[in-house]
Amino acid sequence: MRTIFAMLLALAAAAPSPDDSLYRALGEKQGIARLVDALLDRVYADPRINDLFKHVDRPDLARLVGEHFCHETGGPCEYTGRSMTDTHSGLAIKAKEFDAFVEDLVDAMEALDLPTRTQNRMLKHFAPMRAEIIDQ
Amino acid sequence: MALALAAGGAAHAAGSRQLATGGASTIEGGAGGGLVPWAAITGYGAREEIGATAFATRINTGDYRLDVQGAAVGLFNRIELSASRQELDLVALGPALGLPGAHLRQHVIGAKVRLAGDVLYTRMPQIALGVQYKKQQDFALARALGARDDADVDVYLSATKVFLAGVGGYNAFLSGTARLTRANETGLLGFGGEGRNGRRVALEASGGVLLSRRFAIGAEYRGKSGSLDAVRESAWRDLFVAWFPNRHVSVVVAYADLGTVATLPDQTGWYLSVQGAF
Ligand code: HEM
Repeated sequence: MRTIFAMLLALAAAAPSPDDSLYRALGEKQGIARLVDALLDRVYADPRINDLFKHVDRPDLARLVGEHFCHETGGPCEYTGRSMTDTHSGLAIKAKEFDAFVEDLVDAMEALDLPTRTQNRMLKHFAPMRAEIIDQ
Repeated sequence: MALALAAGGAAHAAGSRQLATGGASTIEGGAGGGLVPWAAITGYGAREEIGATAFATRINTGDYRLDVQGAAVGLFNRIELSASRQELDLVALGPALGLPGAHLRQHVIGAKVRLAGDVLYTRMPQIALGVQYKKQQDFALARALGARDDADVDVYLSATKVFLAGVGGYNAFLSGTARLTRANETGLLGFGGEGRNGRRVALEASGGVLLSRRFAIGAEYRGKSGSLDAVRESAWRDLFVAWFPNRHVSVVVAYADLGTVATLPDQTGWYLSVQGAF
């Protein structure tokens, strides 16, 4: 029994670090920086939602969203921003505004020629955050 | 650049939901695959928006030709109201019965309410309850075959979900519907019959994969039984390709297998549907 337990512990210690395949598929830190840039280009130009970003410092936001994407997709980054609920609270983001943002993200991924399957994995990871982002 | 902006502006006018999440138009008018409904609300209107669709569909098996036109509105991604008219041309049977040009027409008025969930954003599927009021317009033939009524109501419950990166990294969807109905051949041959007359449960399903943002392939199954002993009916099936070039237009092409329809076996043929969304 003890030996089995010890073996399990050893296995756990040897287990690979969390899956970073999405992080790598995005092109690691450089690819993510390019993606965030392409996303914010669209968001800041999108009349459906850019009012919300009128007073938001773009370099700051780019850094935080970059950290967040990197961290969430398994990359070696620490996210130093606030929680999704805290960040978006008081903004009263509507369902249609969330959809506009998602469309801008997909357009950005298309523009960077990210494969459809990588795009879908991004959406799969981030779409469930909707409940923490809208109506706050 | 100007062109891209113009296209972007136009795309926004149809509503904000993601491409393809409004599905296509079913032969009964509401959002769905083509033969079977989805829980989705037609068009692209988000919770704060109104969307509308109009469509035309043709199914041609050689012996029969079904033409359908209709329109629907989606209110606040919550309620869908639809209307459609169907005309089944008895291409082979008409002349055989000494009635060249004979056709069976039906009008369908539908309402659907989204009860819970979101096709894309929630872990649970989107679930909707729908009703369809159907009125057969050429009842003589159906009456002669034993149908009881020329009008009735179908009630159905649908669950639909998109699985992001669900199949080998591609987005996939699954939809199931349980329908309470007395319809014979969806109502084109009236409702009820001499022997069995009550409502029955019919099970319907569709599923598919989005190969890209704009292309989907999939299959549908619509279980049917009907009450007319003289003319047994079959489940309907199809294999489809759907194209969503933008939020304003979609096109579905399918190969449909309608089985035996009013005594004529092996009714297979092409299905084409074009939808405009506003
Ligand atoms: C899954 C989707 C989203 C993710 C992952 C996301 C992520 C983030 C992150 C990491 C930040 C910076 C956090 C911080 O300042 O500490 C941020 C800020 C912000 N986000 Fe989002 N966001 C999403 C959707 C949206 C949407 C749909 C909108 C509006 C349409 C939006 C509007 C904003 C605004 C205005 C800020 C700046 C807030 C401020 O500085 O006070 N976000 N978001």
